[in-house]
Amino acid sequence: MSLIPQFIPKFVLETRVEVSNKWVILSPIIAIILTLFSGIIIFSLMGKDPLLALYTFFIQPVTTLFGVTELLVKATPLVLIGVGLAIGFKANVWNIGAEGQFTMGAIFGGGAALLCNNIESYLVLPFVLLLGILGGAFWGAIPAFFKTRFNANEILTSLMLSYIAVLFLSYLVHGPWRDPGGFNFPESQLFSDYAMLPVLVENSRLNLGSVFAILVVLLGWILIARSIIGFQLRVVGLAPAAAHYAGFKHSGLVWLSFTISGGLAGLAGIAEVSGPIGQLLPSVSPGYGFTAIIVAFLGRLHPVGVLFASLVMALSYIGGENAQIEIGLPAAVTGLFQGVLLFFLLACDVLVRYRIKSSSFISGKRS
Amino acid sequence: MRIKSFYREILLSLIAIALSGVGFANAETKVGFVYVGPIGDHGWTYRHDVGRLAVEKALGAKVKTTFVESVKEGPDSERVIRQLAATGHKVIFTTSFGFMNPTLKVAKKFPDVKFEHATGYKQSKNVATFSGRFYEGRYIAGVIAGKISKTNKIGYVASFPIPEVVRGINAFLLGARSVNPDMSINVVWVNTWYDPGKEGDAAKALIDQGADIITQHTDSPAPLQVAENRGVKGFGQASDMIKFAPKAQLSAIIDDWDSYYVERTKAAIDGSWNSQDVWLGLKEGMVKMAPYTNMPNDVVALAQKTEDAIRDGSLHPFSGPIKDQSGKIVVEAGKVADSGMLLGMNFYVEGVQGSLPK
Repeated sequence: MSLIPQFIPKFVLETRVEVSNKWVILSPIIAIILTLFSGIIIFSLMGKDPLLALYTFFIQPVTTLFGVTELLVKATPLVLIGVGLAIGFKANVWNIGAEGQFTMGAIFGGGAALLCNNIESYLVLPFVLLLGILGGAFWGAIPAFFKTRFNANEILTSLMLSYIAVLFLSYLVHGPWRDPGGFNFPESQLFSDYAMLPVLVENSRLNLGSVFAILVVLLGWILIARSIIGFQLRVVGLAPAAAHYAGFKHSGLVWLSFTISGGLAGLAGIAEVSGPIGQLLPSVSPGYGFTAIIVAFLGRLHPVGVLFASLVMALSYIGGENAQIEIGLPAAVTGLFQGVLLFFLLACDVLVRYRIKSSSFISGKRS
Repeated sequence: MRIKSFYREILLSLIAIALSGVGFANAETKVGFVYVGPIGDHGWTYRHDVGRLAVEKALGAKVKTTFVESVKEGPDSERVIRQLAATGHKVIFTTSFGFMNPTLKVAKKFPDVKFEHATGYKQSKNVATFSGRFYEGRYIAGVIAGKISKTNKIGYVASFPIPEVVRGINAFLLGARSVNPDMSINVVWVNTWYDPGKEGDAAKALIDQGADIITQHTDSPAPLQVAENRGVKGFGQASDMIKFAPKAQLSAIIDDWDSYYVERTKAAIDGSWNSQDVWLGLKEGMVKMAPYTNMPNDVVALAQKTEDAIRDGSLHPFSGPIKDQSGKIVVEAGKVADSGMLLGMNFYVEGVQGSLPK
């Protein structure tokens, strides 16, 4: 006999036979709307005017040209990393170590920038960027090697390599690459102008990196949707057995996913240190590599979706700062918002893929 | 009715927004604060926020203060600082070392705004720097530890191997060895300013290695709480943490920014503000010691005597002879370490275990 009273219906999730394409696209939008409504409730409970709070959070940051450029600056690394991750995730290749590949890109590219600090040539920047991409791709290739050679779980290897990269950077700026004129503080010299990405809008930090991000969205979309490799990636992800039967080489796709996503994370890393930062610091990322995982899923593993998801995510960070300055909301609200957004996104996804059924109507008998 | 009042609310908010956007001319000066941690860390950031409240209290309606907490060092901080400058803040305090270059970059674009950066070494026309001589407090804590410890081992939870932190470790041991030459320090680097879990774990590991005095250069009370639970002694960091460890806290090194913040804000308002670099200690009251507790009276007297001697200048914590780990004399007898050595300190004194991460 169950102790649960008989009149409480039990609910079960039942897989929908057909998943509506319309709702797959609409669900993130509904999730955002629901998040905004939750925001109104949260702000009201905190004794703030909810409409004013939503305005300062989501609209005021982009009411100036400078605000828009800052949004793009903040979103750029998320786009670059997110598109790369989406490509791998499509094929069920789980690169969780973008944070490390980002950092390695910053190390390789930043090292090149420091090496060329006395060279006044326009070739310095391409060299720096190239090394950044190579650094990230190299760091991504390591888990690919362990996966294909030893079948080691790439989630673990890529994640743990992140910490190695971050500590390696810390070692470099505390030791050999420390600015000799910097009182032993752990920072490299500032990069020369020839190693810096050109700024696009005067008096802002918007730089060439954001143009790369747009290009990467286009190229990523072509790769996934219009190329044979993209087709193979998708088949491997959706139906591994069919892919095997069709003769697609799984190990090749693992290598491809990891070098592409690693290279793009490396590009994001070098674009960050050669852009807004301008030198190597003990830590060059406030967690972009991990946030980009959320962004990739929020964007439905589609490059254009990733672009929008990055903008939403970047806005939530900048809006949080703005809300602290303008109306004194605590910093924790930013995290709360992001959490609520993810919760609603996942909840909507569940409802898109499954339907809720009350089990009491399925069968007359109870267990 | 309901719908009507809803529209009215929208209208009112829009008006409010418009008004705040225009920034009505009024006499109050906006003062901004950028914090690296949460105001509830009960350490570093908490004390800066106490300083902010002191400004509000002292200057009342003349000022309006704003703060942004948990700002990541790096590009995010530049945006926050710039946002404060762009929204009419006339004095901006940036309170972590990593905000140095972002502060300078923003300051260049806002020549009329006064910037105050804590613990940095670069100044400009409208960027002043300030910091406390916390090593003076560390030395006193070391003296107490040297008297109290039975295992002769100090456990030190450290954040990042920057000169400021290394200086604290050395000062602590120099103080301890001034009363007990057998004292040694084990250091655990946690590579964070604020992570109570990591800080606490480091303290546990140090106690397991035999340390019976725990001290920390991180921002949370977690190491001291571990000391309390494990029955060893420790020190509060940045603020008086006696509430977290009524039986374990021997004293605490308190950062007191109140009078500096009030004074500098006043100077900015009356136009006498100028760029400067100050490094203030016990004498000026930027560094204070919490009451000496949980120790015998003779140790209290010794600690008080040491504190007085540092305050009146008769004792300098970094007086020679000082040897580095290899036994080489780096400061000769009768001399004190010069400010270059103090500011860029990157060696351990004799008695610190392990090597300095480089």
